[in-house]
Amino acid sequence: MFELVVLDSALRMATPLIFAALGGIFSERSGVINIALEGILLTGAFASVVVTYYTGDPWAGAFAGVFAGMLISLIHAIVSIVFRADQIVSGVAINLLAMGATQFLTWIIWGSSANSPPVQGMAHWGLPESWGAIARGVNAVIGHYPPLVYIALASVVVAQVVLFRTPFGLRLRATGEHPEAVDTLGVSVVRMRFSGVLLSGALAGLGGAFLALNTHQFVKNMSAGRGYIALAAMIFGKWNPIGALGACLLFGYAEAVQMGLQGRDVPTQFVQMIPYVLTMVALVGVIGRARPPAAIGKPY
Amino acid sequence: MAGGPAIEMRGITKRYPRVVANDRVDLEVADGEIHAIVGENGAGKSTLMKVLYGLTPADAGVIRLKGKKLEKHRPADAIRAGLGMVHQHFMLVDTLTVAENVILGEEPRRNGVLIDAAAARERVESLSAEYGFELDPAEYIENLSVGLEQRVEIVKVLYRGADVLILDEPTGVLTPQEVKELFVILRALRNSGRTIVFITHKLDEVIELADRVTVMRDGRVAGVVEASATTKEELARMMVGRDVLLRVSKDVAAPGPTVLEVAGLTAVGRKGREVLSGIDFEIRAGEVLGIAGVQGNGQTELVEVITGLRKAAGGRVFLNATDITNRSPRQIRDLGVAHVPEDRQARGLVLGFTIAENIALGRHHREPYSRHGHLRLDAMREHAAELIDENDLKPRDPDAEARHLSGGNQQKLIVAREFDCEPSLLVASQPTRGVDIGAIEFVHQSLLGMRDAGAAVLLVSAELSEIMTLADRIIVMYGGRIVAAFDGGSVSEEELGVFMTGAGGGGGAGAGEGAGEAGRAGTPDGTGAPEAMH
Repeated sequence: MFELVVLDSALRMATPLIFAALGGIFSERSGVINIALEGILLTGAFASVVVTYYTGDPWAGAFAGVFAGMLISLIHAIVSIVFRADQIVSGVAINLLAMGATQFLTWIIWGSSANSPPVQGMAHWGLPESWGAIARGVNAVIGHYPPLVYIALASVVVAQVVLFRTPFGLRLRATGEHPEAVDTLGVSVVRMRFSGVLLSGALAGLGGAFLALNTHQFVKNMSAGRGYIALAAMIFGKWNPIGALGACLLFGYAEAVQMGLQGRDVPTQFVQMIPYVLTMVALVGVIGRARPPAAIGKPY
Repeated sequence: MAGGPAIEMRGITKRYPRVVANDRVDLEVADGEIHAIVGENGAGKSTLMKVLYGLTPADAGVIRLKGKKLEKHRPADAIRAGLGMVHQHFMLVDTLTVAENVILGEEPRRNGVLIDAAAARERVESLSAEYGFELDPAEYIENLSVGLEQRVEIVKVLYRGADVLILDEPTGVLTPQEVKELFVILRALRNSGRTIVFITHKLDEVIELADRVTVMRDGRVAGVVEASATTKEELARMMVGRDVLLRVSKDVAAPGPTVLEVAGLTAVGRKGREVLSGIDFEIRAGEVLGIAGVQGNGQTELVEVITGLRKAAGGRVFLNATDITNRSPRQIRDLGVAHVPEDRQARGLVLGFTIAENIALGRHHREPYSRHGHLRLDAMREHAAELIDENDLKPRDPDAEARHLSGGNQQKLIVAREFDCEPSLLVASQPTRGVDIGAIEFVHQSLLGMRDAGAAVLLVSAELSEIMTLADRIIVMYGGRIVAAFDGGSVSEEELGVFMTGAGGGGGAGAGEGAGEAGRAGTPDGTGAPEAMH
């Protein structure tokens, strides 16, 4: 279970979770529940494959994922911030919309009800081989992950700094706790919440892009509950980027173990439950102590 | 002092769908004065301040701040113009530190993007030191007392460079000591050249603190007077439009047999923390027992346990010698306990129900309201109409929804319902919070009427003057314990205040231990000195 290949796969499995969980943190810290992470992941995955398919450039695909994620989260923002609708209902609607729309468009574009043709993934980052043995050594250690894995890890650090060390982060956190206070100080609650939700769309969209580009194709409903697991990781990590990273790595590890165990003597159905059971166990273990932003879910 | 007024509002009109909250209101606050705005609830004080601060736009009128015209402004513009508001409900983020709350929205920066935490801390420390606030910038708001929270609000305003401060009902949540300290601070602020607008309905405070007073009634200005040239009685008359009995006259209590006995009562809160520890007291028929204390010291939980809304962890509650510990609220009501709950909108009324339905609630399953499992709407309406007449409820319409009643009338509705069933024990929790002088008068007289009719009354109030006026005996709660017991009239507000902060009785632990005894000791026959702690 601790073979290198499992740990390696754990990090890859964790990457979309990390992006989505960071997204969830920005949204929920601003006071907007974002259960739509699931749908945003799926939309990001789909958009990235479409653009990569037509341009042949996975980086363009990744940007498309970010853009699509922001676009669909804009719906969530408008519905729940401007029209003050129930945020859970809006999120569920977006998830259903994303599921149906991506499947429908897959059929329109590629004539398949299940998946897209394969597309190119991202080239791994590394030093030029011509630099000699040292470059090859470095590449062997850190060079065999897709670039988005590093970007995910860097995003965690950036998110932590933004949330806790910048005026924007302070305002965002205050908005999720006590929007009236923020309003009376002349800071726009609406603007802060839009920022939180759109950032969340961008990050989760990028997570979706990684998910698809890492498997080199779009498969229908390929988010497979990862948005919800990311939400769990966010709660598990107490709405802190670093904490969420730890939880994502744990869930990623569970998923990798699950994949490693498939084909062995354990019945697949049980093996496939591992990440979800772990999610529930983790939540039950900490839910009493985790304190969500006080004004979460309340329209202002 | 500069020549012109600090604030000048002319002809401010603000209409809401059902009411005109401000009707051509003029307000002029001179530079460097403490100006009180008084009025009953719904008189339009808060609306006027919201308009001034830019939270609500006025329909008509002109606002000038230090001579500069403010038009279609938002709070940000008001802040920039030097206006600062300390809101009635504090606008503080519990999970952030003092310093973070102060700088929020106007953060000192380092390298353009990061918060300069050191600069923030220094600014808070220097402002705090200047006025003797004793605030620790790194402390989280959730660990602060209400009095300290208010100071954070004041620092917030000063940090933004405000020289005109508006304080909306600043003393409602403070102990007498904290009020004194606040007044010292406000005078110091005035002496440093700032202008202070002080909204209140406590007339003592107006007379003590203010230079000038604007009185509002029904959305209009009823008068502007010099505080030194007026009296409480005159202000009350201007506020209400008629003579008001400021002090209820009450006869000496004639206590009968014991109605409520609470023995060794304990209860635990959500996190397993003990919220009531060893509470002992009794109330006899025909007397009012007042419980004083800063909110959150177990009074709420005590009332909940007595009325069956919360389970006791230990100890017993007896009503007329019947053990009612941990019985259901309905059983307890049926045994003759009436309850005027602390939060009238959450627990006292169903806001979407009519007056008639709210009056039937609690006895809706019995005759005359109900027969063969069917509600008898006519009987409900008829009875409601009677109670409306008896209690002068407005509107005089049994079918009006409770949510459209004013706060005072909502409270009168609850009192009318609860007193209607001739209880042997009446539990009244904050019965006059947020209601106007007229309704306060009504509630106080109803409470004493119940007492004189032979009911035992348990009165919980954060309003010390209310306890002092009504209670025959007083106990003080702090930290879930009874820390002192007195006979009514044998103690001053200041003395009570000392015990309310837990400072009385020389140290928390000692006070805690003797609490039970003190509670029992305070029987009506004791006179003179407070029978408090060692």
